[in-house]
Amino acid sequence: MSDNFPELVDELTADEAELLEEVLSDLGESRRKFIGQSSTAVLGAVVLQFLAKRTALAGEEMAEFVPLGDEQAVKVSFRVNDAAKSVSVDSRMTLLDALREKLALTGTKKGCDHGQCGACTVMMDGRRVLSCLTLTAQCEGRSVTTIEGVAKGDVLHPMQTAFIKHDGFQCGFCTPGQICSAIGLMHEARNGELSYVSKDMRKTAASITLSDEEIRERMSGNLCRCGAYPNIVAAIREVHTGKATDPMAVIFDMSKEGSDATV
Amino acid sequence: MRPFKYTRATDVAAAAKTVSTNREAAFLAGGTNLLDLMKEGVAKPSELVDISGLAFSKIRSSGNVISIGSTAKNSDTANHALIRRNFPMLSQAILAGASAQIRNMATNGGNLMQRTRCTYFYDVNMPCNKREPGSGCGAMEGINKGHAIFGWSDKCIATNPSDMSVALMALDAVVKVSGADKKQRSIAFADFHRLPGDTPEKDNTLEPGEMITSIDIPMSSAGMAANSYYLKVRDRASYAFALVSVAAAFEIKGGSVAKARVALGSVSHKPWRCDQAEKLLTGKSLKDLNDASLRAAVDAELMDAKPLEHNGYKVELARRAMVLAFKRALKSEVVA
Repeated sequence: MSDNFPELVDELTADEAELLEEVLSDLGESRRKFIGQSSTAVLGAVVLQFLAKRTALAGEEMAEFVPLGDEQAVKVSFRVNDAAKSVSVDSRMTLLDALREKLALTGTKKGCDHGQCGACTVMMDGRRVLSCLTLTAQCEGRSVTTIEGVAKGDVLHPMQTAFIKHDGFQCGFCTPGQICSAIGLMHEARNGELSYVSKDMRKTAASITLSDEEIRERMSGNLCRCGAYPNIVAAIREVHTGKATDPMAVIFDMSKEGSDATV
Repeated sequence: MRPFKYTRATDVAAAAKTVSTNREAAFLAGGTNLLDLMKEGVAKPSELVDISGLAFSKIRSSGNVISIGSTAKNSDTANHALIRRNFPMLSQAILAGASAQIRNMATNGGNLMQRTRCTYFYDVNMPCNKREPGSGCGAMEGINKGHAIFGWSDKCIATNPSDMSVALMALDAVVKVSGADKKQRSIAFADFHRLPGDTPEKDNTLEPGEMITSIDIPMSSAGMAANSYYLKVRDRASYAFALVSVAAAFEIKGGSVAKARVALGSVSHKPWRCDQAEKLLTGKSLKDLNDASLRAAVDAELMDAKPLEHNGYKVELARRAMVLAFKRALKSEVVA
């Protein structure tokens, strides 16, 4: 085993190595070809889990299993979290998949993959966007910031700190997207940008202080199935206003506001 | 997803030529709708021509129009000082659509080109004359709660999902397009989107390869800025397509309505201009505008509505939403 698969040795337990060797010898196939077919093979859970981990990490190797015609391959150079990156991808590959599968940045989450949930939110040239509806090919020359890039070394971004303080999550799956979106929201408010619930479109201001109603409207593209919304609003309000927020106050405020849904 | 060739356009004529020559090619700008349709297998282009780098991203005043570049982002357009000052209803309408992230990606041309969100169009296992001409209409015999009450045909009952387009319809916008042979033409907004008739696969009147370069709004529509409102009614408070939406704009001169512009969204295959209501409101003295007279204008418009099995509620919803939008647009001008 160790001669044939030297790179695997230190990652397998003895049981796993034995099981893998057994499976491969039964199939009479090379490991490389085997990985390509692993989705259809019925195997023990341990081996499948192991292979998934190997495949995800081995971005370069994966490319060999995606035969690309010249027309279909796209080479893209862009910046990700302030580092220059160059990837060669299938033209169909989304930014979300490139981040996760090619660049091993798995902080950005795939929720719905159809632009409905906001879990994949990243910043592109400083604006919040959905990485699931962005082709990697469209990122040439752009600068992308993911959740991995918002902290400064070991110092968390204030929005990260506020989410922790206010318990702005339960399962945490939507959190990277929520935080990237909230950071984007802060930039937009500082630029004096509007939302549908803004009272007067014609009134311009250099910067806007957001009500909770405004925060909720502006965060409506980020869904949270655990329902941590009041805590998320509290966290954002605290960073946005610079004043400590009482989460209970947010909950009570919510019952006061109506909407056009009651026409 | 079907494999496709991706190219970045550097020249409008060449891009238009590619798309007019290869009937399976498509323009790509923001991609927020097209990429989703490709993932669903509804759109299957063999080639994408990325036009986002072309020089159509400016919003500027040009003579007697404000010209909105087709590749300008929805968010930049809604927040632009020229739009906010002159056409605040357009800002409202754009901001009523989608989410902040999507508005940061989506372009103005793409907003006009977005396709219906009819669930039967989206589901490739269902018949749909728009997606697959001749296959039938799944919605007609299915659940048609969100569908049209005006202008539908026995081939298609889908609605246009754009909020932005409803405001542009009421603002008398003009769509500027450029074709393969560099031929430019202007399309009145009312003629841009079309009714389904026997060819619901065609959403608009663009020729193959024609690209939207700008959307021009006459400054004469800015006279309605102070008395305009875009009201969107939906199943939840935000981030949902409209059940009914209303763009209402009035120019008030000497205590009466000099000009009235009204359009409805999500009730037809195209933004629905309300000529009847406009006619009844134009010339009215503000003194005579009250619940009864506003209601009369609305009823005249909705008389011709033809609801389907599950969307009769849209007639009453449109009735109430129109009156409310009129009042918000007229603000303190109306006492009642």
